Amino acid sequence: MKFGIVVFPGTWSEKDTHYAVNGVLGQDAEYIWHGDGQLDQYDAIVLPGGFSYGDFLRCGAIARFSPVMEAVREFANRGGPVLGICNGFQVLCESGLLPGVLMRNDHLEFRCIWTDLKVENASTMFTSAAADGQTLHIPMSHGEGNYQADEATIEQLEGNGQVVFRYADAAGNVTSEINPNGSINNIAGIVNDRGNVMGMMPHPEKASEKLIGGDDGNIIFNSMIENIVSSFA
Amino acid sequence: MTVSKETLDEIALSRSEYEAIVERLGREPEPLELGLFGALWSEHCGYKHTKALLRTLPSSSKRLLVAPGAENAGVIDLGDGLAVAFKIESHNHPSAIEPFEGAATGVGGIIRDIFAMGARPIALLNSLRFGQPDNARTRYLLNGVIGGISSYGNCIGIPDVGGEIFFSDAYKGNPLVNAMCIGLIEDGKMASASAKEPGDLLLLVGADTGRDGIHGASGLASRSFEDQAEMRSAVQVGNPFLEKVLIEACLEALDLPGVVGLQDCGAAGITSAAIEMAERSGMGLKLLIDEVPRREEGMTPYEVMLSESQERMLLAVTPGKEGPVLDLFEKWDLDATIIGEFELGENVRIFDNGVELTSTPVIILTDAPEYKFISVKPEWLTVLQNADLSAVPVPSESPASVLLKMLAAPNIASRFPIFRQYDYHVQTNTVVEPGGDAAVLRLKGSKRGIALSTDCNGRICYLDPEVGTAIAVAEACRNLSVTGAVPVALTDGLNFGNPETPDVQFQLNESIAGMSRAAEAFGIPIVSGNASMYNQSAGKDIYPTPIIGSLGLLEDVEKHSTAGFKSKGDVIVLLGTDSVWDDIDGLAGSEYLDFIHRKVEGQPKLDLELEIRTQAACREAIASGLVASAHDVSDGGVAIAIAESAVIGGIGATITEGPGDRWDAAMFGESQSRILLSVSQENLKKLEAVTGFSNVPMTVIGTVGGDSLSFGDSISVPLAEADNAWKNGFSLATSD
Repeated sequence: MKFGIVVFPGTWSEKDTHYAVNGVLGQDAEYIWHGDGQLDQYDAIVLPGGFSYGDFLRCGAIARFSPVMEAVREFANRGGPVLGICNGFQVLCESGLLPGVLMRNDHLEFRCIWTDLKVENASTMFTSAAADGQTLHIPMSHGEGNYQADEATIEQLEGNGQVVFRYADAAGNVTSEINPNGSINNIAGIVNDRGNVMGMMPHPEKASEKLIGGDDGNIIFNSMIENIVSSFA
Repeated sequence: MTVSKETLDEIALSRSEYEAIVERLGREPEPLELGLFGALWSEHCGYKHTKALLRTLPSSSKRLLVAPGAENAGVIDLGDGLAVAFKIESHNHPSAIEPFEGAATGVGGIIRDIFAMGARPIALLNSLRFGQPDNARTRYLLNGVIGGISSYGNCIGIPDVGGEIFFSDAYKGNPLVNAMCIGLIEDGKMASASAKEPGDLLLLVGADTGRDGIHGASGLASRSFEDQAEMRSAVQVGNPFLEKVLIEACLEALDLPGVVGLQDCGAAGITSAAIEMAERSGMGLKLLIDEVPRREEGMTPYEVMLSESQERMLLAVTPGKEGPVLDLFEKWDLDATIIGEFELGENVRIFDNGVELTSTPVIILTDAPEYKFISVKPEWLTVLQNADLSAVPVPSESPASVLLKMLAAPNIASRFPIFRQYDYHVQTNTVVEPGGDAAVLRLKGSKRGIALSTDCNGRICYLDPEVGTAIAVAEACRNLSVTGAVPVALTDGLNFGNPETPDVQFQLNESIAGMSRAAEAFGIPIVSGNASMYNQSAGKDIYPTPIIGSLGLLEDVEKHSTAGFKSKGDVIVLLGTDSVWDDIDGLAGSEYLDFIHRKVEGQPKLDLELEIRTQAACREAIASGLVASAHDVSDGGVAIAIAESAVIGGIGATITEGPGDRWDAAMFGESQSRILLSVSQENLKKLEAVTGFSNVPMTVIGTVGGDSLSFGDSISVPLAEADNAWKNGFSLATSD
């Protein structure tokens, strides 16, 4: 299958994502410049991490207006899989492809740490290679990952199985002490109601090999690969 | 002589330097010319007080691809078609005035030096010094500097993998902010900061030029100044987003035909960057100053030439080939403007709207005077060195409580509260994360890896600049060796006080001599360097602080070692010494003596031969797979090293022999050349064979296991208490 990896000026996780899906997992992958509007040749789109357009104004607030985001919206509306990582999650929220916002971390500091993510829904196309309740060891690196939404939205996300990952301890306990940024209900990743657009703050592409601390991130990319390949079989 | 003292003071030139300019030019300089001299003859650009000394440093190695000083950074061959450029740069004075932007632009500046070599920056380290954190101003500086590094580095996608933070009132009011950057150069892609032929075009790319940072090099960095606040306008403001885009665009541009040179526009702005390019190319240069895009109206040619606006680069491009280059920068939404051309001749000629403002020989501009000085050991130093350390009283508190106090000391406690504010994972090469002795990175597409560290104990350099600097080299290398990496090259960041005073001249002389002696003994070159002088606070010079950045190579990155104990039952071994515990001499310049007794005295010592043998034996043991953990014994001595290995590994330790009556010196003495290892029972014999063969002393001191740290029969500390002290000490000491 072929991944398309969107590059905005200021994106820095595109090479890491390319390395994870191509270098480690052997899939085709290409970069898509933010000025392009043609995504037909891709099976999945990744909006990687970084600081698109310097995150001026607000994280992801300028990126949403770039030509490629119109194409991403159409791609998602056709049911195409879209994964937003960190800044990509922020862009998806700003674009309205996912509900809610990512606010400044409650402690006001940038935070780069390994997190343990409890898989709350292993039936999505991004998590089917994991088991419900399993924890994934994946690093995060952000200053603005404090997920918030209005009460009705949270209720819908929770009731509908759209909360995919929560920050937990290694044993899977979801506690306020382990919450690294103040996210409501420890939310680390969500999907849209159709299940084809996922945003997550931690970086699965940074957990692609044991040598660099762990390879749990591959579970997410492998889930995508299995589901997309089988949908064409 | 028409020039006033005020004018000369503004550009930090002395009367005699002015007279030298007049003599060499054969005339009075134009006002614009005088500004150029002020910048290029500044300490920061011209290395007036260090040039002669720096020439004495060892710089030969079969791995050396670019010699020190020849380009923006030295380049070392790693094999497998890979090479790295690396360098340290200081931004001390800007950070003293405006810590956030000062530190941020320091990071930005060193990154530009590295990608100017055609290298993709792959790692940053920071070596920081502040006054004691019990002071509100110090905490403001600390938080500002960390915030600036975090903000700039995280935005730009380069991992920040290590460094040091050290507190001492010697740096109160004059913090040191040194940043090291390492870049990877793929086969044959190295860039040069010069033009190829007369007629080559000079392109300015990146940010517009504003009034920020004028006199940064000459005014801020090159003299002593008391009223720092008034110089705030000399600090630049950084834009990491622009720099990130600039990196990508410039590295892409180097692949285009006709792009022959790339140069960073840093200290002293276009003046230094363009004129150094002309000098390196052996050509003259015609500069069209009116073509430079500006941030504001009404800027004079003088201001444009001396602005230190950030995120600007210069390119030399073959005429006729500029079209695709300009298109590329447009793709990245960056300004690119032709602002001149290289030409036959030896003068830089500056034009404003067709009018020639000055025509000055490049060689006179770049040939700053060199000052040599007599080195006399000051009396006060002999007194400090001869201090009777046995007169230091043994604390009345218990050894266990002093150990906990030491673990929580601002200079010893875990730096994780700082590191976690930096992205150390991006680029997915980080094998050993910050917090160990050295960071280890893998090199994608190769089995090899590199290790990186910075080190310098200013207190020890103060007590003996020669031995202290040799120790800084030894420790920077030891930090690499305990990961298993072979030291291959060094870079230095010299931070000293006022070089016009005899004491600082002595310190400089001795320090460079010690650096030379140690680097030669290790057989590795010093490939690049930076000098920051006039670091003073309230009229007192800082500790001499020659920060050493070290680069090591691992043939197989999978075979690296880390600091934390691994398994119950492993044997704990000290390499490099016959005894578990240190003696009274180890207290010289130690953290214990300073932190507990507020004394800085004694004579530091180093046996370089033993040091080198010990490191080699450690590396061999790691490469042979014998070692479970390896940790440098440094600040806080062997007791702290044991406690750190235990806390990092999450498992206790039992040391068989107690530390005796003089337990403070025994536990916390900082004698050099010691490495703490843990090995499995079955590997102990093999380790003895390795050390026996290379004539390195080793001592079996205890075993790994349990949930406490015990030293002999009478001293025991629960591991949880040690963990709490070490992990929370930094935050407790630095919060309001």
